[in-house]
Amino acid sequence: MRAPTKIAGARLTDIVGEQNSSFDPGELAAYEIGGLTPSGMARPGSAEEVAGLVRMAAAERLAVIPCGARTKLKIGLAPERYDLAIDMTRLDRVAAYDPGDLTLGVEAGCGLTKLQSVLAEHRQFLPLAVPWFRRTTVGGTIATGVDTPLRQRFGMARDYILGMEFVNGEGVAAKSGGRVVKNVTGYDLHKLMIGALGTLGIMTKINFRTFPLPLESRAFVARFEDSKGAFELCDRVAESALAPLTMEIFSPQVSGLFSSDVAARMEPKPLDPGFLSPKHWAFTSGFAGNEAVLSRYERDMTGMAERCGAAGVTVLAQEQIAAALGRKREFIPIALESSPATTILKMGVLPRKMNEILARAGRFADEAGMRWAAMARGVGVIYFALLPEALDENARSRAATIAEQMMAAVAALDGHATIPWCPCDWKSSLPVCGRPREDFPQMAKLKTLFDPNRILAPGRFVGGL
Amino acid sequence: MKLTFVQINRELVRALERLLGRDGVLSSREDLLLYEYDGSVEVARPQCVVFPRSTEDVIGIVRLANEYKIPMVGRGAGTGLSGGALAREGGVLIVFSRMNRILSIDIENRRAVVQPGVVNFELSRAVADARLHFAPDPSSQKACTIGGNVSENAGGPHTLAYGVTTNHVLGMKVVLPTGEVVSMGGAAVDTPGYDLTGLFVGSEGTLALVTEITVKLTPLPEAVKTLLAVFDSVDDATETVVDITARGITPAACEMLDGWTLRAVEAYVHAGFPLDSAAVLLLEVDGLRESVETQATDVAEVCSLHHAREVRVARDAAERDLLWKGRKNAFGAVGRLSPTYYVQDGVIPRTKLPATLRRIDEIGKRNGFEIGNIFHAGDGNLHPIILFDARDPRQFKRAVSTADEIIQHCISVGGSITGEHGVGMEKDRLMPLLFSEAELGFMRRVRDAFNPAGLLNPGKIFPSGKGCGETRIRPLPVAGSVTG
Repeated sequence: MRAPTKIAGARLTDIVGEQNSSFDPGELAAYEIGGLTPSGMARPGSAEEVAGLVRMAAAERLAVIPCGARTKLKIGLAPERYDLAIDMTRLDRVAAYDPGDLTLGVEAGCGLTKLQSVLAEHRQFLPLAVPWFRRTTVGGTIATGVDTPLRQRFGMARDYILGMEFVNGEGVAAKSGGRVVKNVTGYDLHKLMIGALGTLGIMTKINFRTFPLPLESRAFVARFEDSKGAFELCDRVAESALAPLTMEIFSPQVSGLFSSDVAARMEPKPLDPGFLSPKHWAFTSGFAGNEAVLSRYERDMTGMAERCGAAGVTVLAQEQIAAALGRKREFIPIALESSPATTILKMGVLPRKMNEILARAGRFADEAGMRWAAMARGVGVIYFALLPEALDENARSRAATIAEQMMAAVAALDGHATIPWCPCDWKSSLPVCGRPREDFPQMAKLKTLFDPNRILAPGRFVGGL
Repeated sequence: MKLTFVQINRELVRALERLLGRDGVLSSREDLLLYEYDGSVEVARPQCVVFPRSTEDVIGIVRLANEYKIPMVGRGAGTGLSGGALAREGGVLIVFSRMNRILSIDIENRRAVVQPGVVNFELSRAVADARLHFAPDPSSQKACTIGGNVSENAGGPHTLAYGVTTNHVLGMKVVLPTGEVVSMGGAAVDTPGYDLTGLFVGSEGTLALVTEITVKLTPLPEAVKTLLAVFDSVDDATETVVDITARGITPAACEMLDGWTLRAVEAYVHAGFPLDSAAVLLLEVDGLRESVETQATDVAEVCSLHHAREVRVARDAAERDLLWKGRKNAFGAVGRLSPTYYVQDGVIPRTKLPATLRRIDEIGKRNGFEIGNIFHAGDGNLHPIILFDARDPRQFKRAVSTADEIIQHCISVGGSITGEHGVGMEKDRLMPLLFSEAELGFMRRVRDAFNPAGLLNPGKIFPSGKGCGETRIRPLPVAGSVTG
């Protein structure tokens, strides 16, 4: 790490104008990442201005980090250098929306709520029910690769992003894909931008396939004495002809988190008391369709839950779903605010291994006397949140031990784990990026190609890329 | 001492034979003739053809190609439609037909690991008892390989609802053109790091040779209904597609055949397409029993609203299979009618379908060509078929310029030059219509980062500066061949 380089103010204001740049330490504090505060901030209003800023940065070897609503800057490693924050929130236009084609082009700084309300006018939506939903931008969502409960049915953003425009580390505007729903012209460079934390390029416009809003939906909750029954139900649903929109399993501790004041601030709608219980593991699933379809889901899921030994089931009607989905969506921010040192392991495992992995994680945490809560998605992703009582060395050392134990356990079962969120000071001593990967040299090759001067969020990504 | 081309060839063939055995290498002229072609109109002959059986074999081949500095090109079943698997600049053609094992199937987690030479349909057949399938279903699925699907990011009729190949590939083992072996992605989702799998799928064999593929398996739907909607005007058929899309109905498949094409197909396949109609839509809805009935009714209503004179529902699996046979064998049927045909693969926003079909008709008439249309209407992925006689050089030149005019129209309405067939050596010269020189230059640098000596599949995707006159046309497609 080094202190930020002083930026020639005139050059910055030449590109974005005085009113869209700042060198005020008070204002710049809001752009802090990993203990580093930049020496300047620019708010470009066009892709050309973004390219101009990057060219200037490349010429002066300034490290730049793009950001949107700054809700997820805690993900990733601390940057090696950080001179200029590029705030993308002025690039917030819905550039092209063709409801008849179910396609959309939107600038990266557009807020998700604004975008979803534009789509809702045509009874369409994007399945991006992501954390910090009310504040986050489209670009921030895609750059951090955060997932959504709706991935159970719709997949990840990579499955419905049609193309992208971005500026690479040399300040060259590039694009890949297009705005048609099927396209194999050229390399899919945009897939590399997803989840890359802005280390390969700065996205300026993203094209999506949109989806029709379901007419009617409901949610199903089944409670179990232990995790085994909940995961068994998850397996049975996955094997069946049912294709729910969401499918999550929550550990008993989540009930407390979701009924806390923190949760109420994140998602104000009151939660149905039947949703989660502090004594039970919960299987929760949302589904949509006509009345006959909804009845079929209810009937089949109830039958399967009984066969898996459920202690009780609840069906939430349309009006109760928003609060439940809202909390599912906001699990990570709620967990982060529930402890002074929340450390979240994200584990990708085969769906059938989830129970085994989670049982081990729970045991390791219990043995270390660490409070925890977990959310598992049906597709094979577990968020395991360690919730220490204090931010101190004792907690750090216990968290590090649990993390190492889990890295080994997950790797032995063909999975992988990372630590997207933990206290900033712990990052250097926790296995934040997971275990070294065989394909890392190829990733490093791409980083050098896209960002030869190493000015785009240097050091923030996996392996210090 | 500098070796002559012939000496290099002889020495290389001997070295390859030592590596793969004599039955693993073809180098006689008559054998090589068979590998000059794929499903496109392009022709290019390799210096030799090799058949690896393992990743180690592939590494050995790559090392030899580097040693002798000759090009190498991967190939599956050769059903591709853009010359992607042709040795445009000669060299070693690496045919994966002997790497055709399904390495593992994990029914519980719905995963399979396959070698690249596994035939697409064979994987679906292997997991059918567990009511699973591999969702990408190109029309050539009974012949094409999963390695080829990965290279081209293949689509198919059911990709409208299920997505294309890239949506179903989780990881790969590849041999880079430098001889390094790299595993990317994996059986679990959300592998940390850049999405290398996403970059390599659809890279048309220009970045690496794929030797293992981890794929997702998808449950078969509980219920399926296939509908045939018959129209007296092409406009009514295309307006129906626009309306179905706008209403948010997503059928599992939505295919269109115009009158000319369906008559050609009917004469060959006897699928039951009405000979006096102007167009038919082949529509499929699937899912839970409770939803399929409603979806079918909704789709039928939209068809009727746009003056469909008949909406027929396939009564049973046999009738459904016959309708699909008509669709999937259409290109074979066309091959019976003309010495040569040229299939395009442009994509347009779906709202532009009616105007674009009218434009294609007008372009064909103006240039004196019969143009048939059979395509993935729900995706806006057109396949205009231009019939011509390649023995007449003037006609050939006009066919190419007619095709270009169609593609330019697709681009002008916000579309793209290829939806599923790939750029290959057929459409490389059209790339500047979509990408600036700087953008193409950047993509080229991505290629060069992985393929530094340019030995892997040279002369593909990027414009070479050669004119279209270089394209040679083969005489007659085999009737009944499965492409599209």
